[in-house]
This record gives sequence, C-alpha cells and structure tokens, in this order.
Amino acid sequence: MSERDTSKIDSIIDQYGADKELLTSIFDEIQNEYGYLSRFALTRVSERLGVPEGQIYAVATFYKAFSLTPRGRHQIRVCLGTACHVRGAEAVLRRVERELGIEDGESTGDMEYALETVNCLGACALGPVVTIDDQYYGEMTPAKVAELLEKHRAGEVGK
Amino acid sequence: MKSLGSVEELEEARSAIRTGSGSRRRSITVCSGTGCQALGADRVLEAFRDELEKRNLSDEVNLKPTGCHGFCERGPIVVVEPGGVLYPGVEARQVPEIVSRTVLGGEIIDDLLYIDPITGERAVRKDDLAFYRHQQRIIIGDNERLNPGSIEDYIAIGGYAALGKVLSKMTPEDVIEEVKSSGLRGRGGGGFPTGRKWESCRRAKGEPKYVICNADEGDPGAYMDRSLLEGNPHRVLEGMAIGAYAIGSSEGYIYVRSEYPLATKNVQRAIEWAGKLGLLGEDILGSGFDFQVKVVSGGGAFVCGESTALMASIEAKRGEPRPKYIHTVARGLWNKPTTLNNVETWANIPVIIERGAEWYSKIGTEGSKGTKIFSLVGNINNTGLVEVPMGTTFEEIIFKIGGGIPDGRKLKAVQTGGPSGGCIPSQLMDMPIDFDALTKAGSMMGSGGMIVMDEGTCMVDIAKYFVNFLKRESCGKCTPCREGLYQMSEILEDISAGRGEIGQLDLLQQLAQVMRDASLCALGRTAANPVLSTIRYFREEYEAHIRDHVCPAKVCTGLVSYTIDPEICTACGRCRKVCPADAITGERKVPHEIDQEKCIRCGACFETCKFGAIVKV
Amino acid sequence: MVHIKLNGVEVWAEADWSLLETMRYYGVDVPTLCHHDGLEDYGGCRLCLVEVDTGGRPRLVTSCTHPVFEGLRVRTHSKWAVETRKVVLELLLARCPTSKTLQDMAAKMGLSEVRFKPRYEDCVLCGLCVRMCEEQMGSGAIVFVNRGQESDITTAFDITSDQCRRCGACMYICPACELRCGGPDAPGVLCGSCASPAPTCLNVYDDAKCYMSETACGTCLGRPKASQDDRGISEGRK
Repeated sequence: MSERDTSKIDSIIDQYGADKELLTSIFDEIQNEYGYLSRFALTRVSERLGVPEGQIYAVATFYKAFSLTPRGRHQIRVCLGTACHVRGAEAVLRRVERELGIEDGESTGDMEYALETVNCLGACALGPVVTIDDQYYGEMTPAKVAELLEKHRAGEVGK
Repeated sequence: MKSLGSVEELEEARSAIRTGSGSRRRSITVCSGTGCQALGADRVLEAFRDELEKRNLSDEVNLKPTGCHGFCERGPIVVVEPGGVLYPGVEARQVPEIVSRTVLGGEIIDDLLYIDPITGERAVRKDDLAFYRHQQRIIIGDNERLNPGSIEDYIAIGGYAALGKVLSKMTPEDVIEEVKSSGLRGRGGGGFPTGRKWESCRRAKGEPKYVICNADEGDPGAYMDRSLLEGNPHRVLEGMAIGAYAIGSSEGYIYVRSEYPLATKNVQRAIEWAGKLGLLGEDILGSGFDFQVKVVSGGGAFVCGESTALMASIEAKRGEPRPKYIHTVARGLWNKPTTLNNVETWANIPVIIERGAEWYSKIGTEGSKGTKIFSLVGNINNTGLVEVPMGTTFEEIIFKIGGGIPDGRKLKAVQTGGPSGGCIPSQLMDMPIDFDALTKAGSMMGSGGMIVMDEGTCMVDIAKYFVNFLKRESCGKCTPCREGLYQMSEILEDISAGRGEIGQLDLLQQLAQVMRDASLCALGRTAANPVLSTIRYFREEYEAHIRDHVCPAKVCTGLVSYTIDPEICTACGRCRKVCPADAITGERKVPHEIDQEKCIRCGACFETCKFGAIVKV
Repeated sequence: MVHIKLNGVEVWAEADWSLLETMRYYGVDVPTLCHHDGLEDYGGCRLCLVEVDTGGRPRLVTSCTHPVFEGLRVRTHSKWAVETRKVVLELLLARCPTSKTLQDMAAKMGLSEVRFKPRYEDCVLCGLCVRMCEEQMGSGAIVFVNRGQESDITTAFDITSDQCRRCGACMYICPACELRCGGPDAPGVLCGSCASPAPTCLNVYDDAKCYMSETACGTCLGRPKASQDDRGISEGRK
C-alpha cells in the first residue's frame, strides 16, 4: 500500500493549532470533510497531537456525533426532542426506519441515506421535525414522511 | 474601527456609532435565529435585500438580521421601524408589498398582522401581542435590537459599558460582592448562588484559573442558550470577562454543543471582533487585565453538560464525570480552580453590574432573584422563548403568554427541568415558579425547558421516553445509572406493553432511591425524577396500564388498536395506500378492514382518513 | 494528619489517605469491586459506599475516592449504607451472574434475591483491566470504548494491538473471568452454593472440604470425587 496523503488532515489539525483541547472540534471538521472518521485519519491525529491511539479511539467512540464507518450520502435526522415526542415523533421515526429498511445510526445498503436521531434541533414550533441534509421539514406525520422520502428518492425535493 | 485603549475611548466610540450610520431612522429587522431560518428567514432577508437595492434604498434603510425574537411559533418575524410594526410568518413574496407600503408609505398592512387566536384582535406592535406584553425581557430582549455579527450594534445599545465600569472603578472583591447581593443563582439547572461560587474560586489556590461557559444545552426542547449565544454573543463574552476579572482568571472556554453550528460561528466571530477592538485579549481597554476565550465543540453527548464531564471533554478525554467531593472551583479543568457557569447566567452579569444588585434583587421572589428564560414548547399555541420574573405562575405563562392549548384540548401536565426534572400536574398551575417551589413539587428548574402536555399524552409513555433518553446518554461508568436505567427501561417497556405487574411500581421507586443516592453524577442522581414525579401525580394511569391493560390516553402502541367503522367508511382506499404493513384490505365500494395481526399501530391510516372512519381504541 | 470520626470513634489519618484506606487501616471493611491497592481509584462500581456527614445533609459516598479531612464523620454500616450497597450488588449480579467474585460477595452480604432482569454480560465494566494495562504494565493497549449500554473494553480500532504484550495481567485481575462454581446448571441468577448453610459436601464427606483441601472436591458442581483420604493424593482440578 502506498503512502497515503495526510495533507488535508494535517491542514485541518493545523487550523486548530494541533491543540488537544480542540480534539472534538478537529474530529468534527474531519468528519465534515470525509463523511466519517477513518482509522487513517484518527491515527494521524494521534501522531500529530501526541495522544495515544487508544485514547483517541476511546474518545472518538464515546461521542455520538462521530461515525467511524462511512455513512450514506444524504443525512436524515429525526428529532426526538420532548416537544417533538409529544407531537408524535416516535411514529415518524418508526415509519422512516421502515421505509429505508435501516435503524438509527445505520446507512442504507446503496449508501444513499444515513439515518440519525437527534435529541433536539431547537425548531420546536415546527415539530415533529425531520431534516434531510440540513433542510428542515416540519409538522411531519408517518404518512407525510413516507411521501417526503418518496419524493426525495425521485429527486423531486431537496438534493 | 480601531482598537480601544481605554474606557474613555470606548465611550467616544459609542457616541460616534449612535450618531452615525447606525442611527438610520428607518430599519427592517428580520429574525434570523435557527428556528426562523428553518422557516425560511434567509429567503425573506434576501428578498428584502434585493427589493431595497432595486429601489436604491440600501443606504437609507437599515436591514438588520437579528438573533431569535422568541416568538418562534410565528416566524419569520419582521419588524419595521419607525412605528415598530410587527409582521409574523412573513414569506418572500410579501416583501415587495411590505417595502412599498410600510417602509416607504408608513402604512400598516392589516392582512399581514398577527391575529390573536383567542380574542380575534389584530396586533400592530410587539407589545400589542399578549405573548410579549406579559414578559420582562431584560436578557433576551436585546436580541431584537442587534445584528449578532455587528459589534457596533452591541456597543450602540450600551454593550461593554459594564466591563468598562468593572475595569476602571471596581476591584474583583467589589464585583463578587455585587453579584452576591444580587442573589443571582445559576441558570443551568443547579441554581447555586453565583456570587458564592465566584468567591470560593477566587479564594482557591492554584494557577492558572479558568472560566467556562457551558453552552452544551442538552435538555431536549430547551433552546434558550442557543438563542442567546446566536443572537447576542457579545453579552455572554462581556459577562465572562467580568467573571474572569473577579476570580483572577485570564483564560476562558465556551463549550458549545456540536448541534449548534450557527451559535458556534457567531460566537467565534464575536471573539474575533472583540479582540480587534481591544475588548478581549491582552490589556483590555488599557487596564492591564488579559482575557482570552477559546471555543470548543461538543461531540453529541448530553452528559457533557455536566460540569466535570465537560471539563474531561476539554482535556481530550471521554466525557465521564468525576466525583465532586472536592469542588471544581478548587480543582476543576486540568485540576485547577475553575468557575463554570451557564450561558444565561453569564448573560445576566452585565445588567447586574450596570443597573446594580439592588435593582436586580427587586425582581423575582425571596429565594430566586431576577428573570428566567423558558422555552415554552409542546402542546401549546404560542411556542417560543419566554422571559418572565421568577415567581410568575404556570397559569400566566401557559394561558396569558402561551395562548393556551391548541385544538381546544385540556392541559394535563407541564414538564420542567428536562430529563432531570419532573411533571407538574394541571392542578398545580397556580404555582409561582422559582427554584425552591419546583424542587418541592418533585421537579426542578433545570435550564428552563417547559414542555406542555395535553390530555393526549400518556404519562407512562413520558416516563419511558425520559428513561430511554437517559439510558442512551448515560456515560456508563457507574453501576446505579447504567444498570439502573436499563432495568427501569425494561420495567417501563413491560408496563406500557401491558405486561406490567403491580409490584413493579414499588420496585421502580426503590430503584429510583438507590440511583439518587448512589450515582456518580447529577445525571444518574436525577435520572429517576421523571419516573418518580409521574408516579406521584399520575399513579392511576400506571395502575390502569398494569391492572386493566389499558392506556387511557391511547398512546402506548401495545395497548392501542385501530379499527375502521364500516358505517362511516367510504371505501376511498386512501388508508390502504398509506399503510406500510399492508394490513388494510378492501375494494371499491366495500368498507375496508384492518387486519389486527399485521397492523403495526403506526397511525398512518388514522392520520389520513378524511372521514373520521378510523377509530383508536 | 487529620482526625475523623469513624463509626463514632475518633481516629487519625494521613491527609493523603482515601477514606477506604483509612477504614481498612482500622480494620473496618466494605465490599469493593473496582478498587485495587496497586491502581488508581476509579469510583465506578459504587459498592464501597459509606455514609458521611460534613455538617450538611448526610450523603452516601464512595470511600475509595473520598478524601479524609479534619472533622469528617463516617458511618460505614448504617442501614442506609448497607441496604444501598446490597441493591448495587443486585444490579451488578443481574448484569453478570456468572462472576464468582460477585456471587461470593452476595453470599457474604446476605443477598437473597435478585429482582432484576438478568443480562448475562461477560464484563462488569470495572475497568481494572484497563488500569492494570495502563498503570502497572505501562502499555495502555486496551481502553473503554462507546458509552452507556454499549460500553465495552477493547484495543484501539478493535484489532490486534501492537501495544499488547500478552502478559495476561488483564485476565489475572478480572473479577468476572473467574466463573461461579454453580456452572451452567445454576439454579438461578443467584448461585449461593458456597454460602449454603448446608454445603453439598457435608452430605458426601461429613466435612466441609473447600476450605481445607487445596483442590475443590467438586460436590457443589454435582461431581463428587473419590475421597482424598482414600486416595492419599489430591487429584482435583480447580
């Protein structure tokens, strides 16, 4: 295997001054760039920051915001905040899981969609809220979300 | 603007801004907090920009995107000055009319005004709305007056005067005394007297000392801190600088949860600008006081809102809490004396310094001074951020400000304090809200989330929801929390599925007691509150699930079923199409039927039927 | 040096001792799981809880991580402390009923019932192995990963570690590795075989064997061996 290019990862680390206090910010940035935290990236972070690999791995797996496996192209987030919950968010989530055939934290086989639940998006007036690639869709119901997904797959919405 | 080397220079700059371009008579304010952005505020803003440019008004009219105005139910909110005309729910296509008729013509467009759902009256100005009229918005009110990206806006409304006063006229001990006399208590949930915390930290030995702003706001349904940080980041920075001066620190951190990218961006930009103007960094306003702030992003862990877990997170460790047998004011971040306060707490500091502790302590109740910002959400008409003096009753907030429950339903309970809090039943709505009253009732203030629940809410389901939430968020280090939440979750699943046994309520209570006494951190210690408070006030509901296998609110899917009334069914087939489990059979002209074996109780058919033929039993 | 009141008796302690160390110095003991004398205290298992009163409200604290200071008042065996420790053990047993260490503790504490759903996990997440590897072996090959219910202990990236020296210290120190003797035919979550007031060996040998001979006689496993007195040679396997 040839030497892999660390330049992009290095530039992100440098952007944060290789400061260990900003480890989670560095993870966030790397994930924004690559879609997930690869072993390669984490190893490089460990080297540059002088933090043992084990600790880097322990920290990365602790936080739910980070995925250590590649994720689907389109991020679907279902809000499970209390306000959304009392307006029926659970049923919306179950419908999404059913439509996509995956569970919270997983990505579809064709790597098109990644599903994540969030504790609160702070758009409680719109609840129940679903976002696709940071586009907000409010007042969702099981029927409406099924329709939304169908439209999205067909390219009629978002993308 | 150049760097300000003294308090005098700051005041000179302030006058200059006030008489300069910032004082344009005509302005259009567009609320651009995350909530309104989700409703299309950026498109509205762009539409205004285009329209003003088209009419060559860009220099004359001050177009201001601001932080959250709080009236989230009806965003995007637009306010036109002079006149203060408020238009709710504005769409981009309405912009040209607003510009020509209101901005230029000074005319009020009746059709675009807010209509009170109860009285039917139209409201023209902000204070005509019941929502705003009954609030006292001394902290969040400033959001409406400034563009968070503009430090000039903040200076124009009086910003950094408090810091100037502190650096030129007060000693650190003076500042601590003032904060102590104000009676300010932490707004993050603990409610610890802020002045005392600062005093202990000042006295503690160790260098360097740190101040931290906890912006990890994890309680679902609570977004006050986000709105403050997004909408008025300078205020928080000013508060932190004053605190740092008081305890003898020159290094601050703002820990923002990763789910708040706009708040992170706005506060980072504010730090840059404050630095450029000498209001942050070395030798602030020529006083010799240094203060630098670093922004750290969270990783999606609710437990990192706990102070020691937050500090572990900054130390590049897993966000696991540590025992607080030695307080963090003595040994905190990197084992040094640290003062950690919530965003709202920091935001209260400048106004306490400026207007004085005596003025501040006149607001609120005996044990809880000042105002509190609540996020009023759930089954409520006017969802939004509400700031009221401590001691205001639930009744006032929910019915006067909140506009009551939608669809004419009845109020059942109000949840406060997030997953660490409890449910206050509808009979106690005349309770004045303050730290001690809420704790006595079995809940707590928490960070200010106020979830309104109507009669369609099942309290067993709510308890289960919170236990599952905490189960997911528990760090897993200590036995009572990790194992206790698992076992509680299993019991609640049993009860909500109709498999409960009557002895389980006592077991839940015993387990709750152990979790409270034996857990390592506040997450575990308060984890049982939602369960305990719902059992306390809604025991019959639990018993109905256990003894009668009935969910009175018709929520728990295991105890609910859907049937089609053949008398009403028109055989339109819509329900059949929408059913994900192929559980509905029927043809044209034949009343449809639901196969109870296949039905997964998702409720999609119930939502879709336009004739009300589907009944929930 | 500081003075504390331990179960009503005033005693002295070094300022840098933990409360647990102090208690044990004076012969007062409480059960522990994640504590080990050679390792940094973790404070995670919550078994070593004792009641303290510092002038405010009495609270239960983990003695392994609690410091001693002048005027501290401690009650190690108040009803509150004892009952709470029992429930904590109950939760641990429900998690990992196969651990001999936990079963022995249950017998000693007089725990007679586990009211919770058994999870049959292999690991009690005490972290002894992690700390052993890091602090005593200087290796740090294994770490805690994930959180909450998914908490686990493994190597970096869950692959064979270059740091691991195959020393076996982690296995040595693990309290869950040693399996309870009730074995796969256990009567329930709570084993209790060893604590039984009438140990099985009495019926076979007229004598309690496990404390006296070096090898287990096996009757509690349902497999009595030929008497060692007959054979003269011990031939059992632990």
